[in-house]
Amino acid sequence: MNDFLNSKIFGIKWSRLLTSCQQSLYMVGWGLLIGTFFGLILALVLVLTRKDGVVQGKAARILYAVVNVYVNVIRSVPFVILLVTIMPLTRLIMGTTIGSTAALVPLVLYISPYLARLLENSLLECSPGIIEAAQAMGANTRQIIRYFLMPETLGSMVLALTTGAIGLLGASAMAGYVGGGGVGDLTLTYGYEKMNTPLMILTVVILVIFVQLIQFLGGALSRKLRAHR
Amino acid sequence: MIRIEHATKTFRGKKTEVHALRDVSIHVRKGEIYGIVGFSGAGKSTLIRLVNRLETPDEGTVEVSGQRLDSLKGKTLSALRRKIGMVFQQFNLLEGKTVYHNVAIPLILEHRSPAEIEKRVTEVLEFVELSDKRNAYVSQLSGGQKQRVGIARALATSPEILLCDEATSALDPQTTESILKLLKRVNQEMGITILLITHQMQVIQMICDRVAVMEQGRVVEEGTVLEVFGQPKEDVTKRFVRTVINDQVPETFYDTIRAENRHYRLEQLKFIGDSVNEPVIANLCRRAGLEVNIIGANISQMQGSMMSVFILQLIGDTDTIGEAERYIDASGALRQRLFIDWDSRTITEIPAGKGNEG
Ligand SMILES: Nc1ncnc2c1ncn2[C@@H]1O[C@H](COP(=O)(O)OP(=O)(O)O)[C@@H](O)[C@H]1O
Ligand SMILES: [Mg+2]
Repeated sequence: MNDFLNSKIFGIKWSRLLTSCQQSLYMVGWGLLIGTFFGLILALVLVLTRKDGVVQGKAARILYAVVNVYVNVIRSVPFVILLVTIMPLTRLIMGTTIGSTAALVPLVLYISPYLARLLENSLLECSPGIIEAAQAMGANTRQIIRYFLMPETLGSMVLALTTGAIGLLGASAMAGYVGGGGVGDLTLTYGYEKMNTPLMILTVVILVIFVQLIQFLGGALSRKLRAHR
Repeated sequence: MIRIEHATKTFRGKKTEVHALRDVSIHVRKGEIYGIVGFSGAGKSTLIRLVNRLETPDEGTVEVSGQRLDSLKGKTLSALRRKIGMVFQQFNLLEGKTVYHNVAIPLILEHRSPAEIEKRVTEVLEFVELSDKRNAYVSQLSGGQKQRVGIARALATSPEILLCDEATSALDPQTTESILKLLKRVNQEMGITILLITHQMQVIQMICDRVAVMEQGRVVEEGTVLEVFGQPKEDVTKRFVRTVINDQVPETFYDTIRAENRHYRLEQLKFIGDSVNEPVIANLCRRAGLEVNIIGANISQMQGSMMSVFILQLIGDTDTIGEAERYIDASGALRQRLFIDWDSRTITEIPAGKGNEG
């Protein structure tokens, strides 16, 4: 086994390649998980406080405006710039700016508004009639989210997360470049900078396989969730 | 049970203003089926939504079971809504879930125990005759079955009031009838007060006790179904009544009528319930010098009572016809004289007592 790990492929050790894959999965996995948490909160705020939303009133209008602007602003900053500018924040939270874990900070910050928009669109697919029925039954906001809004749009949200995960994979390539590792980093440092074309092609193929896998799994899960519709 | 007083509601857009309700007052009594009929956009949905506070009036008051709704919020509002079931035109069910889950949801929201939920869902599914579809997915059901699920869901929390917003408008006539029968059972066997809105007069005719007619945000006419069907006053009401009770001269008879060169008058007679105890038409036929042609007849049933409409061509001299008219009026039948404008082929009605010598 060790022999294999120490043997080389296109100029790098197999172990290096596997570590990179692991790092990519780590960044995409945790990034997606934490990003979905924040993204979903933002999306719910957007959907509930919008005009004709479930929550009305002045506070709702202000909250909507704030979140809406926040999402737009973050989404309009290119990831590389975000990555560099928030380094102090990253250091504050993680104690370092190096490593896959530190890379999660910019990744989550970047992906959560993106997921928020995607999830907002999914949540809006829930027909107003369903919400009306929920309200007529006396459901409170929490219950509307839990028993109506989320279950009705789960399949669509999974597809949104699939798209988000692929975006995250792309962003993780750059995050890796500033110290987080990952397949993208490998492509750039060993493949591109050292002009190791075969390695570059190999890593690109690996990325393509990742994307295909995410898309396949997301699609299958979404279909399963929508099976009886 | 439900008392809406002087309700006004205006929807304001950037440039537009829609007066959905203009000073509307209705009073629904406990245990009755009250229907509101009107064309699309008349303000019916806005009105019914006041009752469970899905909509708030700009002015006026809404009272349900003696409780003013103005200040209801949060928990007290939820409590009110649990006493009021609602059924929708588009069913508004969770399509990807089972029938059982859909009916259980209002009970889950109330944190009832699983055993209680199981028991109640079984009960209401039996009532709506869908026990066998318990584990089916809603998406697999027909429209009528979906509406049964909608009704079962509304009944799950044992409400006192059921609101129906065009509950049958998405269904074919046969299914409509079966759903209306079910609603009648809900009213009679469970003692639930029903407020329904519809643009179909058949719905009113089949199950309602009292009816209000809405037009452009106003209630223009109100009364028991027999009153409103028997003696509609407003033009809209007449148009609605005509959709179910044909009190017109059939087109094909126009030429026959016109061909008559003796002196004649066209009369429309209405018999409502058991207000008339004598065989009026038979007696007319026996009058000397009078010939009676029946050129239109319609018998309809409502509120467990009958209403029949006849259109007669009375042939005879002026005096004989005059006497016949007085006889009809004295019998208790409602009489209107009809005039056909031959150019436009339209009919005008002149109620008895107004301009009798035409
Ligand atoms: N939320 C709303 N915003 C703006 N206009 C509305 C709203 N709800 C209803 N309306 C308008 O109010 C009028 C009455 O609507 P509605 O009560 O739904 O009538 P109906 O149920 O009799 O068809 C319509 O012109 C409709 O367009
Ligand atoms: Mg309507």
